[in-house]
Order: sequence, then structure tokens, then C-alpha cells
Amino acid sequence: MFTTQMIDRLWQAFFDTLPMVSVSAGIAVLAGIPLAVFLVTSGPGGIFAAPRLNRVAGTLVNGFRAVPFIVLLVALIPFTRLVTGTTIGVWAAIVPLAVSATPFFARIAEVSLREVDPGLIEAAQSIGCRRWHIIRHVLLPEALPGIVGGLTITVVTMIGASAMAGAVGAGGLGDVAIRYGYQRFDTNVMLAVIVILVALVCLVQFAGDTVVRRLRAR
Amino acid sequence: MDRQVTGQSAAFGQARVFGAGAAEAVSAPAAVPATAAATGARSAGTVRFEGVGKTYRAAAGEVRALDGIDLDIRAGEIFGIIGRSGAGKSSLLRTINRLESPTEGRVLVDGEDVARLDEGGLVGLRRRIGMIFQHFNLLSAKTVRANVGLPLLVAGVPAAEIATRVDEVLALVGLEGKGDSYPGRLSGGQKQRVGIARALISRPEILLCDEATSALDPETTLSILNLLRDINRRLGLTIVLITHEMSVIREICQRVLVLDRGRIAEEGPVWQVFGAPKAEATRALLRPLQQALPEDIAARLGGARRSLRDGTLVELSFAGAGPADLGALAQAAGAGLALVSAAVDRIQGHAVGRILVVVAPDARIENLSALADATRVLGYVHDTDD
Repeated sequence: MFTTQMIDRLWQAFFDTLPMVSVSAGIAVLAGIPLAVFLVTSGPGGIFAAPRLNRVAGTLVNGFRAVPFIVLLVALIPFTRLVTGTTIGVWAAIVPLAVSATPFFARIAEVSLREVDPGLIEAAQSIGCRRWHIIRHVLLPEALPGIVGGLTITVVTMIGASAMAGAVGAGGLGDVAIRYGYQRFDTNVMLAVIVILVALVCLVQFAGDTVVRRLRAR
Repeated sequence: MDRQVTGQSAAFGQARVFGAGAAEAVSAPAAVPATAAATGARSAGTVRFEGVGKTYRAAAGEVRALDGIDLDIRAGEIFGIIGRSGAGKSSLLRTINRLESPTEGRVLVDGEDVARLDEGGLVGLRRRIGMIFQHFNLLSAKTVRANVGLPLLVAGVPAAEIATRVDEVLALVGLEGKGDSYPGRLSGGQKQRVGIARALISRPEILLCDEATSALDPETTLSILNLLRDINRRLGLTIVLITHEMSVIREICQRVLVLDRGRIAEEGPVWQVFGAPKAEATRALLRPLQQALPEDIAARLGGARRSLRDGTLVELSFAGAGPADLGALAQAAGAGLALVSAAVDRIQGHAVGRILVVVAPDARIENLSALADATRVLGYVHDTDD
């Protein structure tokens, strides 16, 4: 059914998708969580209230979220070149993927952070917590199950978005499916890619759910 | 005022200045970190409100939450603030540790205006004031130990010292061996004990209780109130509590403030306020504690005597002046005296409450007046044969 060559190609594609998704997910976490904390705490009545900055950040996040990924991929080419020195390959795809995933993840994390009972913040203030103590000991730990759940959603979305990375020659599973399955009518390849993607998504979802369940069991 | 510290709680007392508490409430340091508490002498834990008012600006207009509050809370006492929901109790309590700021007037803790503190000073003040909450407000992601130790952790106390003090304070609230549980696994009463432990670990001089027993069943409420009373006696700290239940005030408070729509309706020793309530707001709050007139008697009650056999329903109020001496009452009435209902409590050593009796037509009601603080004829109970 598959030539050795095709199996190699699928294998290669899998190992292109993996770093693309994991590295940009890592960046999305590192940038998205502080962004989410800022969105929550700088709002009116928040512990770092700065309503004007809060509106600016909110608008920026909405702006990035409004642009379709394939457009963002192209629009960000000058920025990508600045950061990675290249506009093709896996690293050229990681930049736009991270830029797209960060505001997405930040919004989801924001919801979880907002759901932390204000009574807990009040209690923390009453025991002499400073503002960063509240973030470190109250907001983040209490919102953690929701944040992990949000990260699962983000990673699954990114696996989907990474299919378009072929546009900048980054390869990956989606790219193989489009080039061989769609453009060359090789249905077997397409099905193989779908099976791998489904398995990958199920694995990510299962891992995320397990962690969330452990966190909530306390 | 019992400010003696004995036994296992000695560690908590060493920071305290013994003796006449209120007199020392003048020179309060701007910010005493919890770590310095073991060495530094402190004043005792007084709160003074001077013309405190608070106005909220809501969409529907201005809301006057507090108005002209002048009040002194003494060191080492258990002071209760009671009122219906929306009376402003919660706002008043929160001005003490500046979780809320008044729009007028001043709040002085140990003589120091809390509004003038910077962030560092405010953190220091809050470490001297513990607080417990109706819904406990424990961190679900942290163990009991981590919850209780958090005030010390954020104050930069070394881990070894935190561990010893957590053990100490868990023993004090009766939660030995529960340190490694998560709050989600505890009962309501245990959660509030964790809350109390967390509030006490910084060795505060004031403990604020925000409806601390309102989410608990009656039995647990009693055990938590007993714990609070015990802590007050052993550590000599001032307790300020707010509640909407008169029974809580009656159980542990020495003085009470009745708050009605943001204003002071009445204030004084609990037995006095309970025994002879002056304000309508107080009477309304006391009503649930009083028994209603039994239905069969109410059905036969009239404003005038219909026959010579009708008894007189008399309410005898005791406001704490003397004992409720039933023998003397029967003797004074001189004829049949039937008890209908009695609700007399001993509050701070005073008999407080009321007794309803039906006395025979020819009894001398005027003689009863001398034996109670107030006597009132409620009506005449018609004979069933009518």
C-alpha cells in the first residue's frame, strides 16, 4: 500500500509537526500566562488596575485573534525573518504559530483566572499578601486546572493550524496530506495522515484530561 | 479582662504586653513584620472609629452604606456588630484592615490612622489583624499546612520556623494530624478551624470574624464560638465579629453594636441591649429568639375582661437588674399564677428575658411590678366556657 519512500515521508512529516507544535505551545504558555494575568489584574477593580492599558492589551489580543492563521503566516514574514533569520522551514512556521496561539491561549487562561473566587483574593490580602504573592499563591494555583484544560484546547487547535505551515515550506503532516492526498489524489496518504492526526489529538486530549482530573481531585 | 496566657499557648503570648491593654494603645509602630513579633513590644489591639461614613457610587445613584459611626473597641474584648443584611456590617468590619476604605472619617487601630499607611505599612497592619470568613476562603490547591503557613511564607519566615508554628497553631484549634489534607476533604467546622489557624499564625492582636458561623450547623457553630471564646481568653486578643444572628452575640460577646441602615441604632453591654432594647432595629432582631404566644391562648385573648373568671395575661420583662424569682412572683400575685412561656437567659451573669404568666382575676398585679424590670398587661384570657 505504501512505498518505503512514502513511509519515510510520513515519518519525517511527523517529526516536523512535533517540534512545530511543542515549541510554539511552549512559547504560548510562557507569553500567554503573563498576558492572561495582565488582562485579569489590570482590569477595573483588579489588583493592578490600569484600565487604559487593559483596553489596549485587550484590543491587541482581539486583533491577532481576528486574523486567519494562513494570513498571519504571510503577514508575519518580515517579523519571522527578523527573529529566525529565515522565512522557510520549521522555525519559520514556529514564529507565526506561537504568535497566533498566544492570544488564543491567553483568552482561555483569562477565563479560568477570572473564575477564582474574589473571596480568596480578599483572604490573601487580609493575611498580608502583596500583589505578586496573590498572583503566585492564589490566582495561578487556583486557576491551574482550567489553565491546563485551556492548554489542551490550544495544542489541539495548533495541530490543526500547523497543516498550513506547508505554505512556508515547513513540512509536517498537514503539508503531506495536502500535497500528496489533495493535489495528487493519493487517498491512502490522506487517510494515513488523518489516522495519525486523530491519534495525536486523542493522545493530547487524554493527557490533558488526566492532569486536570488529578488537579481537581484535591 | 483576662490577659493571662497559660500552658501550651505561651508561645503566642510572649509577644504581648501584659497588663492594662487600652492604656498602651498610643504608640503603635507603623509596620511590625510577623517575624519581629517575638521580640517587639506592641500595644494591645484597640480600634476607634471617628465619624466613619461610606458612600458607594452605583449606577442607580449614591448608596449610603455607613453614616457617622463613632465607636471604641477595647483591647481584649469580644465585640459584636449585628444588623440585618445590607445594614453595613461587612463594610464597617472591612474598614478595620482596610479591605474597604471609608469615604469620611478615620479608623484608628492602636491609635494609628489606617488610611495613612503605604503598601508596606498596610501589609504590616494586616499581619497584626487576623480575619476569618463565612465561606472560609481557603486555597483549594494547597494543603491545610500550606494554607495555614502562607501568612508566614509571604512574610519571609524561614521554613523550619513556619513548620513549628503551623504545628502549634493546628494544635490550638484542634486539627492535629489534618495538616496534609486538602481543604476540600474537610467538614465545614474543620474548614473554619483552618481559617482560624491561618488567622492566628501571625500572632495578631485583633481577630475579625465576618459571619464566621453563618454557614455552619448549630452544633458546629457552638463549637467554633467556644473556640473563639477560648482563644480570646488564652491569647487576650480583641475579637470583632459581625453576624445577623442574635444567638451568636448572646453566646460570646461582651458588648454589641446594633447597626441599622448604616447608622448606630444602639450600643452597649450585651445583657443591657438584650434586656432592655431601645431601638426598633434591636427589637426586630430579638424577635426570632422570643417565643410567640401559644395559639390557644392567642385565640382566647381579648382587650377587655368579659367575665369575672377571665385571667390576666401579664408579660414580665427581666433586663438584668435582679433574679427571675418564681417563688416570689407567685407569692406576690397572691393567687393562681400559671406559667405560659418563659425565655430567660443568663447573659454575662444577668437574668435577661421575659416570662408570660396568666394570673387569676383577683391577683394583685401591681405587686408583680417590683419583681421584674417591666410589667405589661397584654390582655385577658377568656374562659373557655364562654
